[in-house]
Amino acid sequence: MTTGPYPTTWRRPPQILKDLRWRIAIQIGIVIYLVLAIGSVEVNWARVYAGLERGQRFVMGFLQPDFTSRWRDISQGLIESLTMTLTSTVVGVAISIPIGIGAARNLAPRWIYYICRSIIAVSRALQEVIIAIFFVAMFGFGPFAGFLTLSFATIGFIAKLLADDIEEIDEAQAEAVRATGASWGQLVNYAVQPQVMPRLIGLSLYRLDINFRESAVIGIVGAGGIGATLNTAIDRYEYDSAGAILLIIIAVVMVAEYSSSYLRKFLQ
Amino acid sequence: MLILEGLSKTYKTGDAALRDVSLTVPKGQIMGLIGPSGAGKSTLIRCINRLVEPTGGKVLLGDMDLVRLGKADLRRQRRRIGMIFQEYALVERLTVMENVLSGRLGYVPFWRSFLRKYPPADIQRAYQLLDRVGLIEHADKRADALSGGQRQRVGIARALAQDPELLLVDEPTASLDPKTSRQIMRLLTEICAERDLPAIVNIHDVPLAQQFMQRIVGLRAGRVVFDGTPDQLTHDALTAIYGEEDWNEMRRGDEEQTRAELDARDRMAALAR
Repeated sequence: MTTGPYPTTWRRPPQILKDLRWRIAIQIGIVIYLVLAIGSVEVNWARVYAGLERGQRFVMGFLQPDFTSRWRDISQGLIESLTMTLTSTVVGVAISIPIGIGAARNLAPRWIYYICRSIIAVSRALQEVIIAIFFVAMFGFGPFAGFLTLSFATIGFIAKLLADDIEEIDEAQAEAVRATGASWGQLVNYAVQPQVMPRLIGLSLYRLDINFRESAVIGIVGAGGIGATLNTAIDRYEYDSAGAILLIIIAVVMVAEYSSSYLRKFLQ
Repeated sequence: MLILEGLSKTYKTGDAALRDVSLTVPKGQIMGLIGPSGAGKSTLIRCINRLVEPTGGKVLLGDMDLVRLGKADLRRQRRRIGMIFQEYALVERLTVMENVLSGRLGYVPFWRSFLRKYPPADIQRAYQLLDRVGLIEHADKRADALSGGQRQRVGIARALAQDPELLLVDEPTASLDPKTSRQIMRLLTEICAERDLPAIVNIHDVPLAQQFMQRIVGLRAGRVVFDGTPDQLTHDALTAIYGEEDWNEMRRGDEEQTRAELDARDRMAALAR
C-alpha cells in the first residue's frame, strides 16, 4: 500500500463553537461564574457545628432504632400508608387507561387527543407535595387527602407512558386487524392491548413502589400515613423512633423492588 | 367479481401512486401484480379495502362501490375481503386460535370478541381452517412461537375465517426462504381453486409469479403497462415494466443468487455427509 501525502494526525472538529477565541472566553466565563456563585453561599459555621451534634444523634438513632416504644403509631402509620398506596395505584391506573388511550395520536381523534394530553400535562406539572397541600386544605388531615394526591399523580405518570407506548406499536398488526372489519373497540382489544399489556403491568408495579415512597413524603405535609408518624417522631426529637421508621420504609421499598422485578420476568 | 374503474391515488406529498388504473378480476382468477418498488402495488391493493383512501375512481365488488361507503358500511364490506400480509402481521402475543378467530371480528359484537366467546360455528370453522393449513396442533401456542412459514399459514387461515369473496395478498413470501415460499404459493393457489376465490397477489419475485399465477399485471409508476398470461411475459414486456437496466440487473442478481444457493446447498450436503 502506498502512503501518499496524507496527514497522519486527526482531531475531532469542534461541534458547537467553531471559533477558538469564543470557546476560551466562554470557558473562562463559566469558571468565573462558578467561583462567584460558590462565594455567595453564606455558611454559618457555628450553626453547622451545632447541627453536627444533632446529626450525630440522628445517626445514633439509626444505629439503635427503637421499634417498640412507638410501635402503635408506627404500625398504624404503616398500615395507612400501604392502604393509601394500593388503593391509589389501582384507582389511578384504572383512570389512566382511558386517558392514555385518548392521548395516543394513532387511536384518538384530534380533539380528544388534546384534552387527554392537557390532563396529563396538568397532573405532571404539579409535584405531589403541592397537590397534597391542596387536598389537605380541602379535605383535612389524614389518609384520604393522601389517597387523592397519589391517584392524581399516578394518572400523569401511567397515562403518559401508556400513550407513548401505544403510539409506538407495530402498525402492521393493527392494519391486519382493521382489515378484518373490526370496530374501534375490537381494534384496541385485539391489536393494541396485547402489544402494550406487559409494559402497562410493569409500569403499574413500578408506580406502586413510587407511591409508597411518596406516601412517606406527603405525610409530612399532613396527608397521613407513615410520613405523618415520621414527622411527629422528628418533631419530638425521638430520633431512635425516626430511625426505625426510615428502616421500615427502606425495607418495604426493597421488598417491593425485588417482588416487582420478579413478577416482571413472567411478563413478555 | 372485482372491477376497478379509473382508480387513482395521489398522496398528500403530491406523489401520484396510482394513475387511472382499470382492471377486472373474475371469480376464481389468481392475478399477480408485479412491478418495481414504488410502482404502487401496495397502494393498489390497500385502495381496494380502503386501508388507503383512493382519491378517485371506483372499486366495485359485486355491485357495491366501496369508495363511496361510510364508516359502518365500510366495516361491513371489509368482511368480504380477506387480506394476507408481508411479514404476516399476526398479533404476536395472542394465540394462534385468537389470531384465526380475529378474522370473525367484523361479524361478532364487541362483548363476544372481548370475552373470547365466539359462536360455536365460528370456533368449529377456525379449527377446520387450522387443520386445512396443517396447524391444528399449534392452536394454543402463541403466534410468536411459530416459524415464518407457519405464521404465514396462520395469516391465510385468518383471512379465510372471514369467509371472503376476494383475497388481497401483499408480498406473501417476502420474508420466507425459497422452498417455503413455493409451499405457501401452492397452498394459496389450491385454496383459491377450492373456493373459486379471486385473488390479487403482490409479488416481486417474477419467476415465482410466472409459476403460480394465471394472469399477470405489470405496474410501472402507478400505471398498468402489462396485462396478460405468464407466457406472454417476455423479455420485452419485463423491460417495459422494470426498465432496461433494472431488469437485466435483476435477472443477473437472480442468477447469482441461484448459483450462491446451489453452492451453499452443496456445501451443507458435504457437511452432513
